This record gives sequence, C-alpha cells and structure tokens, in this order.
Amino acid sequence: MANKVEVIGVSKYFMRNGKEIVAMQDTSLFIEEGRFVSIIGPSGCGKSTLFNIIAGLMPPSTGKVMADGQNIVGKTGYVGYMLQKDMLLPWRTILDNIILGMEIRGVPKKEATARALPLMEKYGLKGFENHYPKELSGGMRQRAALLRTILYDRDIILLDEPFGALDAQTRLMMQNWLLQIWEDFRKTVLFVTHDIDEAIYLSDDIYVFSARPGRIKAKITVPMARPRTQSDMTSPEFTELKQRLLDLLSEEVRIAEASERIS
Amino acid sequence: MASSLTNEAVASPVGIEAAEREESLVRKERPVIQDPEALERSHRRNVMWWRIAVGMLLIVGWEVFTTIGWMDSYYWSSPSMILQTAWVQALKGNLLGDILYTSGSTILGFVLGTLGGAILGLTFWWSRKYAEVCEPYLVILNAMPKLALAPVLVILFGIGFTSKVALAIAMTVIVGAISAYSGVKSVDADMEKLMYSLGAKRWQVFTKVVIPWSMPWIISSLRINIALALAGAIVGEFIASREGIGRMILYAGTILDINLVWVGVVVLSILSMIMYGGVVLLERKLMKEFNK
Ligand SMILES: Nc1ncnc2c1ncn2[C@@H]1O[C@H](COP(=O)(O)OP(=O)(O)O)[C@@H](O)[C@H]1O
Ligand SMILES: [Mg+2]
Repeated sequence: MANKVEVIGVSKYFMRNGKEIVAMQDTSLFIEEGRFVSIIGPSGCGKSTLFNIIAGLMPPSTGKVMADGQNIVGKTGYVGYMLQKDMLLPWRTILDNIILGMEIRGVPKKEATARALPLMEKYGLKGFENHYPKELSGGMRQRAALLRTILYDRDIILLDEPFGALDAQTRLMMQNWLLQIWEDFRKTVLFVTHDIDEAIYLSDDIYVFSARPGRIKAKITVPMARPRTQSDMTSPEFTELKQRLLDLLSEEVRIAEASERIS
Repeated sequence: MASSLTNEAVASPVGIEAAEREESLVRKERPVIQDPEALERSHRRNVMWWRIAVGMLLIVGWEVFTTIGWMDSYYWSSPSMILQTAWVQALKGNLLGDILYTSGSTILGFVLGTLGGAILGLTFWWSRKYAEVCEPYLVILNAMPKLALAPVLVILFGIGFTSKVALAIAMTVIVGAISAYSGVKSVDADMEKLMYSLGAKRWQVFTKVVIPWSMPWIISSLRINIALALAGAIVGEFIASREGIGRMILYAGTILDINLVWVGVVVLSILSMIMYGGVVLLERKLMKEFNK
C-alpha cells in the first residue's frame, strides 16, 4: 500500500545560548493511509517540533516530508493540525470557530454553516453553536477544536496532546469520541501523547521516541482488533504491550533526566 | 444521625413521637438566606443618595455663602447668577452655537485621532523592524507637550474649525497608536500559528486575529482620549478663534465678566461629563463585542 505520509531523514537543530540543540535527529516515518499512529516519548524530545515541520510551519534542518507523493516542506495548509492548546478565538462563537478553516479557504459562510451544523449535532456540540469558548468546559472546547480540524477537510490530521489537560473521566470520554470520529472519517491521524494507555487504546501503530536528540527507538503495531471498548484495557494483550512500552519509555526518561542534570 | 432516627421511628411509637417533636423544632426556624446581591443593591442605592445630597449641599452652600458675603460673589459668582447669565447668553448671545462648535471639534478630533492612531499602531504588526525603528519616536512624541504646538497649528490651519480639530487630533493620535501597538505586541503567537496551519495568508491573520485581539487595548484608550481631545479643542480656541466655549471664556475674562467665565466653566464641565459618559457607554458596547 502506498504511504500517505513519509518523513524522510528529518533532523532539526536549534541554536540556543550559543549552544547547538539537536531537537530531532535523522527521523523517518512511513505512514499508510487511514492509520491511527501515535508518537510517545519523553517531553522535550521533539514531538511538537516534528509536527510543526509536517505542518509546514518550520523548515527541517535536513530531510524532507512527503504527502501523497508531494514534497510538502514549508507548505502550510496541507494537513489539519490541532495544537496542544485549543486555540479557539475567544471573540468568535463556537460555530464561527468551527468554520474558521473553511472561511479562510473562501467557502461561503452559509455553506460552511450548513456543513458544520450536522456535525456539531452528531458529535455532541448541539446547543453550543452560539456560545463563546470561555463558556464551555475543557472537554467541550477540545471537541470544538477537533471539529474545526476535521472540517478543515484534509486527509491527514496531526493532534498534539489534545487531551493532556483534561481530567481522567473526561479524557476517557474524549478518547471514545475521537475513535468514533476517526471511524466515521477514516483520516490518517498522527497523535502525540505521553499517556501509554491512551496510545495503546487508540492506535494502530505506536512510535516510541528516544530522549533528546529525538529519534525513533521502536515502532510497535497494536494487535488488538477494532472496534475497541474499555474492557480491552484490561485484556492480557493490553497489559503486556503496556509493560513493553513502559520499559522502553522509562529507560528514555532516565536518560532525559540524566542529560538534564549534566547540562 | 438521620438513619438512626428513622430506625428508631420504625421500632417504636415513642420513637415516632420523639422524631416528630424534633422535626417540629427544626421546622420552626426560618432559614436565613444570605443574599449578597440584595446587600449590594441597597448599598449602591445608599451611596447614590449620599452623592446627590453632597452635590446639593455644595450648590446650596455656594449660593448661601456668596449671598451672606462669606465668599466674594465678584470672584465666585453664584449658582443663581450663573444660571441667569447662562439664560441671557443663550437668548442674546451664541451659547448654543458655541457649545456645538466646541463639542463638534472635540468629537471630530477624537474620532479621527483615535482611529488614525489605532490604524497606525496596527500597522506595526506587519514588520517588526519597522515597528521597532518607530518605537522610540512614538515615545518621544508621547512625552512632548502637544499643547505647546498650538500656535504652530493655528498658523498652519488658520483660526477656523480645522485648527481646533487638528489640535484635538494631535492630542489623541499618539495615545491611540501606543495602545494599539501594545495590543499588537501581545498577540498570542500560537494563535497566529493556528491560522497559518489552516492555510491563512498574512492579511487573513491580520483581519481575523490581530485586529480583534487588539480591540480591548484600543478601546482602553477612548476614555483618556476624549478628555485630551476636549483640552486640545479648548486650547485651540484660547489661541485664536471666533467661536466656541473656550473663546467665550477668554472674551469674558478680558471684559471682566466673571459670571460669564463661570458659565463657560460650568458648560465645559457638563459637556465633558456628557462626552465621557458617552464614551463609557461606547466602551461597554465595544467591550461586549470584543472581549468575550
Ligand atoms: N523555536 C524553538 N527555538 C529553540 N528551541 C526550540 C524551539 N522549539 C523547540 N525547541 C527545543 O527543541 C526541543 C524539542 O521541543 P518540542 O518539540 O517542543 O518537544 P516535545 O513536544 O517532544 O515536548 C526542546 O528542547 C525545545 O526547547
Ligand atoms: Mg510538545
């Protein structure tokens, strides 16, 4: 099967306080169409940097990024990107926030609204159309931000720790919600998280990044069938996988902490 | 406690009586509802009445003291004299025309100055280099006493309406620019990033994020600017003018008509309060729109 996204030999170097920081080194990812791919790794290992590069917001120091066989280095607007914070514009209603991507592309407002409303209804935002972001809970705001990304209508979406700030209950609800959306739209999803359970529960493939300089330490395919339910989280397969990931990660976190102490 | 009480009640008729007695005792007490809003309302009403009373007292005191001679009515005039002079001036003079002239140049200067300043401040978003080159000049212009420029502006624009508006603009434009620039500088970089990730062009980021984001800063300059614009307009009239309340005051001073000077002062105070009130209303409306 053809790859939807290819990250080929990408590195990123920053200069800070006169010292060179290697945020990512020689990273390659090959992602097939329609897959849900998670990236986990210790904080500061370059996950957000990788997303910024794929989204065309930042040039890589080396390497290139291909999507649908095209080089998309430095090209914005080719993927849907949801940042860590929800970044809803506070002076716009939820509806107007959700259609922002379409508005920027020049879709007439009527048409954009007509597309947005059924989705808002289907995905739990009915009744919030004319509310302002600050009137919504964290979970609802994330839903709105994600719908905005979906309605931007790209085949590839990048989600950077979208549920990082939510409490455990809301988080679980949002994970199921995301799975439903993914099953309905079948987009290719790249998902950053630091929650191992979340990564296993949601993903087809998991990339484990090493501590800085970030590089890929392992790629693990989750063998569990879909659709998945919460009870899968207690299955032996799940537990075994979790243990493996924990081992891989704790090693990296130790290295990251040690290097922090030295520098 | 509650559960042990019900258990007892089921067990014996004596228990039922005891429970009823206890319940009736509890029921008798009326709940005390803590209502901070009602307290706040009555407090506000109270304060308002006191304010009115103090105002009345001052005016009455002014009238009484000038009548019995504790205050020299030649310098201090008196509320009744001021009213009377104002009435005469309204009928025989050009009080209404003067009021319109002064408020007209103030409002026009305020709108043009604030708007122009805000637009100037917003342009600084487009280039950091351009913004930072201009910044020190903005600070210098802000520190400069613009009123000292009044004679130059009057020579430049003549003694008519234009020079008053120009002075009001000179007073307000820099404040507007600095406020808008503060807004521009504080725009959330991630919000810009989000816009670019959605494929936005720079001008789209500017119109959809930078302008609405900066609005609260711009709005916060309105109150200061209305007062500055009025000061500019009046000083312009002091320098040279054929109309306006400022000119009326100056003229009254030269013919030693102290009562008319007081009329001018009172009219300007009222004008200033009305315009300030208008700006506060406008500010509230705009803030509702942009500061969700
Ligand atoms: N714009 C930048 N300038 C300098 N250093 C940066 C920049 N962006 C990220 N970095 C550095 O690159 C490293 C990786 O950051 P990031 O990609 O945010 O990590 P993660 O998302 O995995 O926590 C960090 O050490 C960070 O300080
Ligand atoms: Mg990050």
